[in-house]
Amino acid sequence: MEINILSWIIWIPLLGMAAIAFVPRGKTQLIKIITAVATGVQFLATLGLWSQFDLSNGGFQFMERATWIPSFNITYILGVDGLSLPMVVLTGLLFFLSTFVSWNINRAVKGYFSLFLLLNIGIMGVFLSLDFFLFYVFWEVMLLPMFFLIGMWGGPQREYAAIKFFLYTLVGSVLMLIAILGLYFTCGRTFDMLVLMEVAPTALNGVMWWGIDAIKVIWVLLFIGFAIKVPVFPFHTWLPLVHVEAPTAISVILAGILLKLGVYGMLRINYSMLPGAVWWFAGALAVLGLINVIWGAMCALAQKDLKKMVAYSSVNHMGYLLIGMSAVIAAGAANGNNVLAAQAGLGGAVFLMFNHGTISAMLFILVGVIYERAHHRNIDGFGGIAAQMPIYSGIMALAFFAGLGLPGFSGFISEAMCFIGAFPVFKAIVIASTLGILLNAAYFLRAYQRIFMGSLNEKYKDLPEINRMELFTVIPLAVITLFLGIYPKPFLDLISSTMNVIIDKVANIGSIAGVF
Amino acid sequence: MNNLQSLSYYWPEIILTVTILVAIIADLFYSDKDSGKTALWVLGGLILAQIAIYIQDSEIVTTLFMGNLAFDPFASFFKTLIVLATILVIFISQKSSELDGHRTGEYYSLMAIMVFGMFLMASAIDLIMLYLAIEIVSIVSFILAGYLKGDLRSNEAALKYVIYGAFSTGIMLFGMSIIFGLAGSTKFFAIQEAMWNLEGSAQFAFTLAAIFILAGFGYKISAVPFHFWTPDVYEGAPTPITAYLSVAPKAVGFAVIIRFFNTVFGDSGAFIDPSIYTFTTIAWPQLLAVLSVITMTLGNLVALQQNSIKRMLAYSSIAHAGYMLMAIPTLSSQGVYAIMLYLVMYLFMNLGAFFVVIYVKSQGGGESFDDFKGLGWKMPIVGIVMTVFMLSLTGIPPTAGFIGKFYIFASVIKVGPQMYWLAVVGAINSVISLYYYFRVVKVMFLEGEPSETIIVPSPTVLMILFALAIPTVFFGIYWAPIADWVSRSLTLFIKVI
Repeated sequence: MEINILSWIIWIPLLGMAAIAFVPRGKTQLIKIITAVATGVQFLATLGLWSQFDLSNGGFQFMERATWIPSFNITYILGVDGLSLPMVVLTGLLFFLSTFVSWNINRAVKGYFSLFLLLNIGIMGVFLSLDFFLFYVFWEVMLLPMFFLIGMWGGPQREYAAIKFFLYTLVGSVLMLIAILGLYFTCGRTFDMLVLMEVAPTALNGVMWWGIDAIKVIWVLLFIGFAIKVPVFPFHTWLPLVHVEAPTAISVILAGILLKLGVYGMLRINYSMLPGAVWWFAGALAVLGLINVIWGAMCALAQKDLKKMVAYSSVNHMGYLLIGMSAVIAAGAANGNNVLAAQAGLGGAVFLMFNHGTISAMLFILVGVIYERAHHRNIDGFGGIAAQMPIYSGIMALAFFAGLGLPGFSGFISEAMCFIGAFPVFKAIVIASTLGILLNAAYFLRAYQRIFMGSLNEKYKDLPEINRMELFTVIPLAVITLFLGIYPKPFLDLISSTMNVIIDKVANIGSIAGVF
Repeated sequence: MNNLQSLSYYWPEIILTVTILVAIIADLFYSDKDSGKTALWVLGGLILAQIAIYIQDSEIVTTLFMGNLAFDPFASFFKTLIVLATILVIFISQKSSELDGHRTGEYYSLMAIMVFGMFLMASAIDLIMLYLAIEIVSIVSFILAGYLKGDLRSNEAALKYVIYGAFSTGIMLFGMSIIFGLAGSTKFFAIQEAMWNLEGSAQFAFTLAAIFILAGFGYKISAVPFHFWTPDVYEGAPTPITAYLSVAPKAVGFAVIIRFFNTVFGDSGAFIDPSIYTFTTIAWPQLLAVLSVITMTLGNLVALQQNSIKRMLAYSSIAHAGYMLMAIPTLSSQGVYAIMLYLVMYLFMNLGAFFVVIYVKSQGGGESFDDFKGLGWKMPIVGIVMTVFMLSLTGIPPTAGFIGKFYIFASVIKVGPQMYWLAVVGAINSVISLYYYFRVVKVMFLEGEPSETIIVPSPTVLMILFALAIPTVFFGIYWAPIADWVSRSLTLFIKVI
């Protein structure tokens, strides 16, 4: 393992940034090509990583270690497992495609693509780092490029959206920092996540702070930090605003990857380091999931702006995911050791992470396509577009059906898995949340009918069809969605070993502690 | 050590004294136009003094001049920090348009005198010595704040500074006199010994005296409620002096607080083994915790409402004093370590932010947020560098400011859950500060339009910018050299009871 592939994956964009720095401002085409090459090489490297990945091993692979600041026990540790690998591949893919989605950017091109690559470094770093300090640094590195990408290339309210995004996420991260330091000082002064995963589950047993279990305090601090990113109700209010104002490519990254960082953080840190508190919080998680499902769907139904509707559909989908995550406690002794349900729930949640990444990316790209042509996104402002843009309408139909969870698409399988897993433990919540599916279909179909059906709006009789570059960005996503919808096994095999490790941890610690 | 022996440990100060005399005499021979060349003499003297500090920086820990000054790595650390800040500010002053048309010979000579005073502050272990040192620094600061004779605001700044300064040092002196009455000595260690044998009724008098003395120290680091001079003085003074005041005297102010409170009110045990720290029954840790919370919160909330960037930076420097104060109630050497580390990081980022303000003003801009509108498009390099400073001041990785805050939070959280509230307040304050720091970034980049002509600063300006920005980023990624330097300097001259 001399090649240090994980470091390469993280730092390839830095080489791209360095190259861009030397290109004169005027040569915009060259800057775009450099970005495409950098993200393309990175994507190929993630595929290479996948091909070399040992499916039977639930632990971390391709580990890298280097000393950094020994006096504070801070180390540079990277590693990948079945939880992070799909997200790494997804990140590689979406950044590569988003480069082409951004091809029409013509304002301060150099700055845009430099920040775009910096964002890539931050995201890859979060997924691959196994040192808590390093994790936090990468987590924060994402904020600055997002601020500028929204604030400089966004819509009319972009300044407000950019600062709102920054403030919201910073609140979450400072709480996380305090939790990280709390863990550091209670678990033997280390930021090494592997050590923390070993030590933390038991080190905090019986420790009380102001009469509350320390484990709960740290769990909640971390949860808030991650919940803001997901976003979980009531921390979701930044999302629709930011989505509407962000440029298309950034919306794709935001919905496709950034939201998943919160879920990833919960599974990697809350679930793996503090599994005892999962028992205490699972019920609340399921309820929050239900609120997300219903609230997101109702809000989506009320939107006039197509992009905002898609943004709220993300809130809705994250709800299913939370319900799936809460199913993990089914594996505990108290719930009859129903490991299969836990596997379905947690596996479904991780599968949904990936599927929502591809489906919402597709939706946002397609919304961007029509916005570029018509310069508005008002659902009621179109009509009969199907006659004018048949190919576009076809693909949009596919994306909408994938979004509303029609069988045959990958979204359906993952949502079904979430429900199946959670049903044995949270029957009422699962039943109530099926209402969300209905609403889901309602807003997608309503939007489709208003935009594409009926007689053609006279204003849009010259609307050009979707072009090749745009097709190139959507088709890979559509193919993945369909393929995994029919044959999800490759993906489930990829994650199953790691999921079993997490389930095992929660189930065992739960039965030992048994206090919650 | 007696006076004669002490001289051989006194080289940096001797060199500085000679430098001050040479600079004043040299200035007599310069015409008005060339008066600025005095800076070269001062620079040369500072570099020699720094070399002397470096050579003397050894394991030897002793007292000088019959127990008036301490000679320890802790003092050397702050002396080095002061020299570094002064050299940077001298370079920055060269680029300031405010000083055009003034004879700057005295300006640089006065700065050298201030350095001398701060050296004494960093090592004083006697109340009288400390008072004299503080007064040297204060009086020179008054003159420098009012250096722009024709400018009404500068005059106002100097006058306000004098009044507040006189008032708070008066209170401090009163406190010192009470302590002298109780302990019968002005030497820190004699007071420390007397402290441990105080009668119950005398405890109250001692607490009162501690609060009075804190007023004097709080004034130097502009802690609330002794901060009222700060915004007006910072706004009215020539900007390089504002930058200087916000960094150097503040750093030695912390040195004084650390030295005084750790030796007089504690048993200094933390510096031998972090686990053994006992302290007197006086509740000064709680007092300082409350002071810290008020200082950062007020600094941040008022900074939010400013329209002048210079004034915003003044209030933000109050907030930064609050962050650093958080670490003092931890009663640990880690807390002191964190403050020292923070001061190094703060030096670069704060001087950097002020330098950008100075540069923009000298290019025909102003100091308000409106003057910075679209700056990032017109001067991309300045804009990017300013963004780095703002990030660092907010405390977002990977910048030096984050490392500083990280160590402060770590030292607070290490104490245990009873101090978590302080860490949470500090964290929330960092988020508040984001809003006003990023308002600068917002007006620079998010407002305004791409411009055709791009202004690239002159090579010397670029050099200063990078000399401040590169450490700000580099120490955010790899700060082991600073961490080592601080931990080597964490030796105070102490007497364990």
